[in-house]
Amino acid sequence: MLEIRNLHVSVDGQPILKGLDLSVKAGEVHAIMGPNGSGKSTLAHVLAGRTGYLVTAGEVMYRSSNLLDLVAEDRARLGIFLAFQYPVEIPGVTNVYFLKAALNAQRRHNGQPELDAIDFLALIRSRLKQLDMDESLLYRSVNQGFSGGEKKRNEILQMALLEPRLALLDESDSGLDIDALKVVAGGINGLRSPERAIVLVTHYQRLLDYVVPDRVHILADGRIVRSGGRELAIELERTGYGKAADGPAMQATMP
Amino acid sequence: MLKEAAKLDELVSQEYLHGFVTDVESDSVPQGLNEEVIHLISAKKEEPEFMLEWRLKAYRHWLTMSEPGWSTIHHPPIDYQAISYYSAPRSRKDGPQSLADVDPELLRTYEKLGVPLEERELLAGVAVDAVFDSVSVATTFKAKLAEMGIIFCSFSEAVLEHPELVRQYLGSVVPFTDNYFASLNSAVFSDGSFCYIPPGVHCPMELSTYFRINALNTGQFERTLIIADRDSYVSYLEGCTAPMRDENQLHAAVVELVALENARIRYATVQNWYPGDKNGKGGIYNFVTKRGECRGDNSRISWTQVETGSAITWKYPSVILKGDNSYGEFHSVALTNNFQQADTGTKMIHLGKHTRSHIVSKGISAGHGRNAYRGLVKIARTAVGARNYSQCDSLLLGDRCAAHTFPYIEVKHSSARVEHEATTSRIGEDQLFYCQSRGLSAEDAVSMIVNGFCKEVFQELPMEFAVEAQKLLGISLEGSIG
Repeated sequence: MLEIRNLHVSVDGQPILKGLDLSVKAGEVHAIMGPNGSGKSTLAHVLAGRTGYLVTAGEVMYRSSNLLDLVAEDRARLGIFLAFQYPVEIPGVTNVYFLKAALNAQRRHNGQPELDAIDFLALIRSRLKQLDMDESLLYRSVNQGFSGGEKKRNEILQMALLEPRLALLDESDSGLDIDALKVVAGGINGLRSPERAIVLVTHYQRLLDYVVPDRVHILADGRIVRSGGRELAIELERTGYGKAADGPAMQATMP
Repeated sequence: MLKEAAKLDELVSQEYLHGFVTDVESDSVPQGLNEEVIHLISAKKEEPEFMLEWRLKAYRHWLTMSEPGWSTIHHPPIDYQAISYYSAPRSRKDGPQSLADVDPELLRTYEKLGVPLEERELLAGVAVDAVFDSVSVATTFKAKLAEMGIIFCSFSEAVLEHPELVRQYLGSVVPFTDNYFASLNSAVFSDGSFCYIPPGVHCPMELSTYFRINALNTGQFERTLIIADRDSYVSYLEGCTAPMRDENQLHAAVVELVALENARIRYATVQNWYPGDKNGKGGIYNFVTKRGECRGDNSRISWTQVETGSAITWKYPSVILKGDNSYGEFHSVALTNNFQQADTGTKMIHLGKHTRSHIVSKGISAGHGRNAYRGLVKIARTAVGARNYSQCDSLLLGDRCAAHTFPYIEVKHSSARVEHEATTSRIGEDQLFYCQSRGLSAEDAVSMIVNGFCKEVFQELPMEFAVEAQKLLGISLEGSIG
């Protein structure tokens, strides 16, 4: 589904990613962990197509197309979804309007008929119910005045609605209390399927108690320095990034 | 992103949609301004003596004045002697009796503008007093309104048919000495709309006027007077669009509103004069004086404006709150793109007891646009318990535009409550990327964000106007993000 080879990315002339390799297959959940400033968020944003990041080397293939050739909206329409660490407020635009516009942009692109207001409402209500969220959320401006937890849950709602093939979650667990964490985790687990892949970017392994990953990678200084299974996250929790990154089980470094 | 930038460039370079010139023989007065020209204008319009005298007084006063220099706008000096002060489409002696009598070329112009009068007449309750150049050529629904005692006609007609009303109210809100452009207008105004709602009458339809500048080198000096008598209600829509022109065109209109006891006037404008090309060449200079007076107790006046056109907008729709418990509102969206300049806002003058006013101003700047909000809230000694709330928000697109806020607050009574809030924000990369990462195009995203920003104001517009305003905003912003 996703093949990243030797990816180098700079921001404002500063190299952030320095030869990153990652391969994610359909049906898998990968967790990318790492200390602050290691390039985790940069990776998520580059994959989603944010401008301002200069790819100086490497390639990214997504379902047999060259991802780096596509603008952000086209990536979204092809099934890539980024759940933001800091979701953006859009005053005066209701959440329901925003969600419907997003879904229909995707449907149009895929040659499907657009949903009208009635069908859309039925769909979004079922998603709200799955995520145990209140309908009043729909009629507030996008993320405006939302609590931290509400913002994160709203991201998960969007994900549940858009049903992406590749979901990138950027610290979707940060700042959540345990109840909200369970809702978010439930949303992610609900999306797991053999056709989809999920990449969780996270600082803590807490989320991984609820969403069990197939692979765990440690990102340090712009590269994946170690990869392993679920147990790597637990080791990390115990020893901290400094030691784990240098640990003996190092693999998946540069060829 | 390159491909997208190219597409946006293409959109930016789209010609102004309403830029075309109609070939109608104009009956113009030679360029220049002197007392002779004013005599000529008055004579052509067969005005009664009092009008001529009023015009001459205004002209003589104007000669003693100079252009105001306090706003943030800049333009080359205007040569007032190079303007022709009267232009009327040639028509039969008695003027057109029905649409069938109207110059077909004129009707085609309206069709291009999307104002097909024949259809308009049938459309949901909108009466159109269509102003082409300076003379009204068609008025619809007049008979129906007349049944209710409502007078809705061209200003020239009102001068002839209802001189007592004109005499009583003309200049009673904006005197001919008011300001440079209002004085000029008072001296040379060509035509405009007149509306009188009798006591207790609720005007059943939105009254609407489309203005349009056409003839070469002709200044447009419209004069509008609306009087809502006791316990009456009227909602008035003004929309305009102009053909493409290379030279700058001066537009100095005056609008006066009078609301008597318990009356309510809603006045909405969607202004789309030619803004000049993308290098700032051409475009309308729009110097407008709009003022309403809540003359009676419990009266209410609201201004709603969506300003997307003109090279220069200089405009401060104001309310004098004279009657006790009267209420004034101002809702504004002003957008400047390319090299457009806007210095706009309002004045709320509280004189009566327990008067209230509410101001919501949304300024949007893109390209090299300059946008200033200038607002005065004045609470006089007599205005016991007066209240005002002002909210001024600015939105910036790109890094070459500018937004300014100039609130003036004068309070002379200790019981007053005046609140002012102002914000400035930028359509950030963040907001755009957020929308794009959900599959929305950059254009749709900008349009959505801007319309969200303006929502409070659009809610004040009548439904079909709100839709038009949203579209207009989208068109005006095309290519502002690259």
